Amino acid sequence: MDHSSLAGRIFRGIALALVLVFFMFPIVWIFLMSFQTNEQILRIPPHILFEPTLANYQALISGQLRTTAGNLEISFIRNLMNSFALSSAAVVLALLLGVPAAYAFARFKFRLGETIAFTLLSFRFAPPLLVLLPLSLYYQQLGLNDTYFGIVWVYQLIALPLILWIVRGYFEDISPDIEHAYRLAGHSWREAFTRIAVPLAGPGIAAAGLLSFIFCWNNFVFALILASADKQPVTVGALAFVTASGIQYGQIAAAIVLSVTPTLLLALYAQRYLVEGLSLGAVKG
Amino acid sequence: MSMVQLSQTTNVLPRRTTRLRGRMLPYLLSLPALLVCIAILVPFVTAAVYSLQRYRLNLPYLRGFIGVDNYVDFLSDPAFWNTLRISLTYTALTVVLELLLGLGIALLLRRPTRFHNAVSIVLLLPLMTAPAIAALMWKLMTNPSFGILSYLVSLFGVHDFKWASDPSSALFTVVLVDMWVYTPFIMILLLAGLRSLPRQPFEAAALDGVPASFVFFRITLPMLAPYIITASLFRLLDSIQQFDIIYAMTQGGPGDRLMVFQVQAYLEFFQYTNVGRSAALLMILWLITNILSNIFIKNWLRLRARAHGHA
Repeated sequence: MDHSSLAGRIFRGIALALVLVFFMFPIVWIFLMSFQTNEQILRIPPHILFEPTLANYQALISGQLRTTAGNLEISFIRNLMNSFALSSAAVVLALLLGVPAAYAFARFKFRLGETIAFTLLSFRFAPPLLVLLPLSLYYQQLGLNDTYFGIVWVYQLIALPLILWIVRGYFEDISPDIEHAYRLAGHSWREAFTRIAVPLAGPGIAAAGLLSFIFCWNNFVFALILASADKQPVTVGALAFVTASGIQYGQIAAAIVLSVTPTLLLALYAQRYLVEGLSLGAVKG
Repeated sequence: MSMVQLSQTTNVLPRRTTRLRGRMLPYLLSLPALLVCIAILVPFVTAAVYSLQRYRLNLPYLRGFIGVDNYVDFLSDPAFWNTLRISLTYTALTVVLELLLGLGIALLLRRPTRFHNAVSIVLLLPLMTAPAIAALMWKLMTNPSFGILSYLVSLFGVHDFKWASDPSSALFTVVLVDMWVYTPFIMILLLAGLRSLPRQPFEAAALDGVPASFVFFRITLPMLAPYIITASLFRLLDSIQQFDIIYAMTQGGPGDRLMVFQVQAYLEFFQYTNVGRSAALLMILWLITNILSNIFIKNWLRLRARAHGHA
């Protein structure tokens, strides 16, 4: 079974190198590009060695872009803040709603619980526009269109199923005996829940929270439909940014780097949990 | 034996919780989740109703019930058949290619060495990149005037390769981006599967000097089948609904070359303000995904039950 023959090892080495190049090159290249001036980017052939500049980042942070067509004001930093605010609020809300429900699903067998769990799971796979388009019309009538609350509420579609299913699994893995013993000592179910069950399921709750944060952050279509410019997260903001005329390419690259850095760092930090979370039905932009 | 103890302990639970409150507890705890469910179901039912109406936002006075006319119209509409064909092609291409590549990488990384683990972690990064942003990254790399990939193919004598803006290579380009983002997903599931396989059959095969290809096709693949099925169904469901990558890359163009279901429905709604038609299109997509997801959920629950030791 060991591929210890020399030819085998060389083949595997080359294959792995190619895999790494294909998956890492775009990230590295865009990162390098974000430190280049337009002139450097437009050089043919492209240079790997160049004198790095922070001008692109400075322009993004100051919000003033000098373009061929004159001065252009952009609010990319605002988009970044929106992404933080919307994703964090959505995850906090989903944890508050989802962890008790996950506990109920794990500890009590009741038909409604199964129905809810399955409805949420099956809508995890339904086309998001099917829900979003009618919802946008309702939102207009309710005055929820283009409000942070409205967007955070819709983000529950991403975060809540994820948290329910991951955390439920963790609760199921904890023996109920400990809680029973604790309650026999005269404590209420609420104390058993907050002092025993939640701390024991802590790693699972943290993993589910981190994953849902990443997926809320990466979401594109919800905010595309429901948010106007000043409430848009980076995913939508960056796209609008690209189509603006006279934008410098290095600035686009810098905007991309700023948009992906938070999730990539979180992913590296939480990688231990990713496999489990992903297999539970997580990946959705 | 522990079951007996368990049921005894539940009988002597503190009396403080009245029986009624005890029975209501699970419902109270899951009430918020139920509300979210309802909040999803209402727009869903609304969409189903819209799909049976003549409903254009710019012509509100024409609104009315027209039965299944929206659906019947699709039958004679070449745009619909184009959408169906493109969506299915895109799905088939991405799932098959990602499965092959993902399986290959998982096999390369099978032995849990420190280096292999590091590689598998690094490969998570594309998966954690927002698909819409990933599309922008590739857009920069395939720009005809300065894109590095345009430069690289020109070194191989292919000049003026237009990537996503040429109808003949647009599909290839978005499939490539999809592969970049989602192959790691399949790789991760299959790697987890490979590493959880029992060792004995492989050790026995090695002792008997069974050829590697036989081991792969007769032992590895069959044992890995549940993981392969889960990963493919997962990707199938997401891929047929792809929106982010295609919309960010070309908005369905050039022309109608990449008009997959959700992009078409989005434009139908916002550009042509034809709510009825857009809803009917999405209902058809929902029907397809619903059939697939029922298969998926059943399969997934079986795996889950097995992982929990038939808990």
